[in-house]
Amino acid sequence: MSGTDDIVVRVKGLRNAFGDQVIHDGLDLEVRRGEIIGVVGGSGTGKSVLMRSIIGLQRPEAGEIEVFGHDMMSLTEADSAEVRRHWGVLFQAGALFSGLTVAENVEVPLREFYRLDERLMDEIAAFKIGMVGLPVEAGPKYPSELSGGMKKRAGLARALALDPRLLFLDEPTAGLDPIGAAAFDDLLKQLRDTLGLTVFLITHDLDTLHAICDRVAVLADRRVLTVGTIPELLAFDHPWVQDYFRGARGRAAAATAREPI
Amino acid sequence: MIPAMIPDATMTEETRDDRRVLRFVGRLTVARINILSRTTFALEPDGRGLIIDLSGVERIDTVGAWLVYRLMRDWGAAGLSVDLEGAPADTLALIDRVGEHDKPVRIRPDQGHPFSRRIAEIGAFVTGTVALLGHFLGFIGEAMVALARTVANPRRLRWIAVMRQAEVVGVNSLAIIGLMSFLIGIVIAQQGAVQLRQFGAEVFTVNLIGRSVLRELGVLMTAIMVAGRSGSAFAAQIGSMKLAEEIDALKTIGLSPVETLTLPRLIATAMMMPVLSFYAALMGLLGGAMFCAVSLDMSFVTFIQRTQEVVPLTDLLVALIKAPVFGALIAVTGCYHGMQVTGNAESVGERTTAAVVQSIFMVIVLDAFFAVFFSAVGWI
Repeated sequence: MSGTDDIVVRVKGLRNAFGDQVIHDGLDLEVRRGEIIGVVGGSGTGKSVLMRSIIGLQRPEAGEIEVFGHDMMSLTEADSAEVRRHWGVLFQAGALFSGLTVAENVEVPLREFYRLDERLMDEIAAFKIGMVGLPVEAGPKYPSELSGGMKKRAGLARALALDPRLLFLDEPTAGLDPIGAAAFDDLLKQLRDTLGLTVFLITHDLDTLHAICDRVAVLADRRVLTVGTIPELLAFDHPWVQDYFRGARGRAAAATAREPI
Repeated sequence: MIPAMIPDATMTEETRDDRRVLRFVGRLTVARINILSRTTFALEPDGRGLIIDLSGVERIDTVGAWLVYRLMRDWGAAGLSVDLEGAPADTLALIDRVGEHDKPVRIRPDQGHPFSRRIAEIGAFVTGTVALLGHFLGFIGEAMVALARTVANPRRLRWIAVMRQAEVVGVNSLAIIGLMSFLIGIVIAQQGAVQLRQFGAEVFTVNLIGRSVLRELGVLMTAIMVAGRSGSAFAAQIGSMKLAEEIDALKTIGLSPVETLTLPRLIATAMMMPVLSFYAALMGLLGGAMFCAVSLDMSFVTFIQRTQEVVPLTDLLVALIKAPVFGALIAVTGCYHGMQVTGNAESVGERTTAAVVQSIFMVIVLDAFFAVFFSAVGWI
């Protein structure tokens, strides 16, 4: 990680297509160090596909993807493991390992990458579970015994297990109650401030966008239409962007934004 | 990206004004903390107050904060004074944040005493097996009722689904079942010929092939193949649908899962099994005929004539009567186990295995009953 380069993720000319259906074409995006970047877009505009491309789950047809200054396409196995150790990913449905308890799920990345004392590992799992707002009883439960919102929190606890520098979140607050969602935003902001986390956040939650995102990238027409702060986007002349932020929900979220949580 | 040269975090200890001073140096992060954590875990309050000096810390993450918090907690619990030095506000906030979540969390569920657990497992197995038998009979009953309703009102049947399943179960398995039966025909012919040659009765190889393939092997091998190919697929498909709440969605829309999922599979499999069995028998005969032509110098025509002479028509009827029963059994078992999936992906795997094992087992048991029955009615 070179000190001068403050771009954590750089996507250039990305093209993704499933058969005839082109999802991305000539998509560019840069994520700066220490920012929380929100990614919005209508359903089917390829927000999740973009995330999957960056983390290497979806091989693009064309384009360049750099994470921490490494070209993800030409990475060796060892380098790729090194990069992976520094990011955490939360999938839409949590994607917990169903054969392990919540606490064991949190320990999986720790076991994979570091040799730690068993006792320390159990304690780490315990406070991570608390940090994401899960009750104590959730630790020894299996994912099938959890509600959707709890699965999501457990997924976040696992994503945070290694104290990553870069966090990918796919709709983390969808399906959470408003109080839980606000606490989630609060947690994310605090982690960013104390750990210098960079967060790539796919969301439809306008409250989250207003509360914690430094910049917002709008996906439309198979590319990133624009990236900017919310005031900049409000001034951006595009029907979808205007509808999104100026619609009834957008106005309501803007009105309540900036209040202490 | 991260130079491997960065050393592990370390700690030095000194005494100042009769208090213990622990000075941490380096990166207090999960990657560099393993050795240090063993040292701090071994520390115990010894009656002196504690000062933790963090001025030498380059970076700290939640794990590092946890380690510091632990020391503060232990010393605080012993009623001793604890002070932090040289920590920026961020770090203090992080330590506080981590400390808020110091609660006893169990990692695994309570497993109980090994002995009582074993007893409980045996009990659960027995009651589970009894319940399984009851449920399974209930499921068969449900399927039969749905079938009767469909016979009374054929328009209720989903013909498109039946045809699709028939294609998957029947047409798509032609190649593998054909090849398998052909090879079995050759093997039986070869083994039979070797034994019969000892009595100079090689010509009876035809009897052996014709009767065993047409009456038993064709249908049995097909049933095993269909159970492995389609029974497992039924269990896995329906099981995955169950996990994705698709079955619940069907119910709430007012569709019966038995009618929409089980019945088409049952009818398709019961329909395809006789056809596949007959086809398998023919391929077996072909294999046998080829072997006889090549190594016993028996012409193809002679083989067919001999087969007509020695194989009674009842052999074919026996196979064709058994086949749909086996097919229905395989489909019902597969669908039943699919419906029983709960919770997680592991359960899908378990149920798929159970579906295949149980359907093959039941097919063979039922085959034995059929053998007794047909010999009793004189179709020997």
